[in-house]
Amino acid sequence: MDGMHDLGGKQGFGKINYHPAPHAETWEPLARALSALAVKNHIYNMDEYRHAIERMAPVHYLSAPYYERVLTAAATLYVEKGIVTAKELADRVEGTFPLSKPIGPGRQNAPAQTFVIGETVRVKNEFVSGHVRMPGYIRGKQGVVVGKSPPYPFPDAAAHNMQVTEEPTYDVRFRSTELWPDSADEAFIHVGVFQSYLEKIT
Amino acid sequence: MTDSHTMADQSASAMQRAKALEAALTAHGLLPDGFVDEFNTHAEEQWVTRNGAQVVARAWTDDAFRERLLKDGKSAVAELGFGMPEHHRHLVVLENTPDIHNLIVCTLCSCTAYTIIGAAPDWYKDLEYRARVVRESRTALKEMGLDLPASTEIRVWDTTADTRYMVLPVQPAATLDWPAEKLADIVTQEALIGTARLDTVGG
Repeated sequence: MDGMHDLGGKQGFGKINYHPAPHAETWEPLARALSALAVKNHIYNMDEYRHAIERMAPVHYLSAPYYERVLTAAATLYVEKGIVTAKELADRVEGTFPLSKPIGPGRQNAPAQTFVIGETVRVKNEFVSGHVRMPGYIRGKQGVVVGKSPPYPFPDAAAHNMQVTEEPTYDVRFRSTELWPDSADEAFIHVGVFQSYLEKIT
Repeated sequence: MTDSHTMADQSASAMQRAKALEAALTAHGLLPDGFVDEFNTHAEEQWVTRNGAQVVARAWTDDAFRERLLKDGKSAVAELGFGMPEHHRHLVVLENTPDIHNLIVCTLCSCTAYTIIGAAPDWYKDLEYRARVVRESRTALKEMGLDLPASTEIRVWDTTADTRYMVLPVQPAATLDWPAEKLADIVTQEALIGTARLDTVGG
């Protein structure tokens, strides 16, 4: 999904708040625990959880503190899974209880192909409206495979309550200066790319 | 429905909303008594940076363990009693050298090897860190107090799948004869994520 969460390389942000003042909001551990309860009880999985955060309205996503994103995703999924209703949540508060936008369709894995360490590969020029763990900054870019993981559940399906087939991911090394020509500090950027997101260089 | 522009004005406080969800789940009999407190106590006591610090200290003092750690991080940390959640399928430990510096981020959300290095700090989860460190790594590190020589190769790792990462810092020269327990004391979460180095510690 080309959502606001896809932040890598976005400009306009200021200094990283590296030494924040300590804060003790008691609702934050509560939000965390209520989401953990759902995962523990298999009400939703981590892919569904991440996608529910991604589906927050853009301005809500960008302006919410971290645990408000956790809370919104948990509430949204508890409603979508039929555990509680949006109305009973709204009735318990003064003001609105904004939830994430509705979920769309997911997709299955691409036909399998294997890549090897040292191979130069390209990230497909694909646009996926559902959950996808390909950051936009690598779309269509070339990199070198430096590692291969064991198979993982394919998130594009797992986030959408679909049958899930596992596939490996490849740690692909990109050069920042190729991702953002003349507009980056030089570094190697490694991304764990699902096999379905990659194509061979012919 | 809700308009982006007025949403912030109309929504109930996060505290109210969290309490509302808690109450709704309780009313449906889905929230066991004590779950929230037990979960949070467990998180605070078990998911701590000290775990990762002990892993690093052991790697610094035991070459065979270091080799196993670099080959299969999840199995190696399990030797020391540190588990990882089921969805953290793989732990890749990134070895710093005098000329190579590794840095971990999750640009898409906040993925962290939290059972090993502790819960992610606020700055790691903030929009600024997520947006900037892949594109302005050297500049951002300098702002955070780590001014690397121009000759240092920077390797950024974006946590986009079920692999989790941890940096293995270079052991400071002044600590080469220290015992593991004392070494664990100097390993910070920042060093395990890669926004700091420990090269000059103890000197």
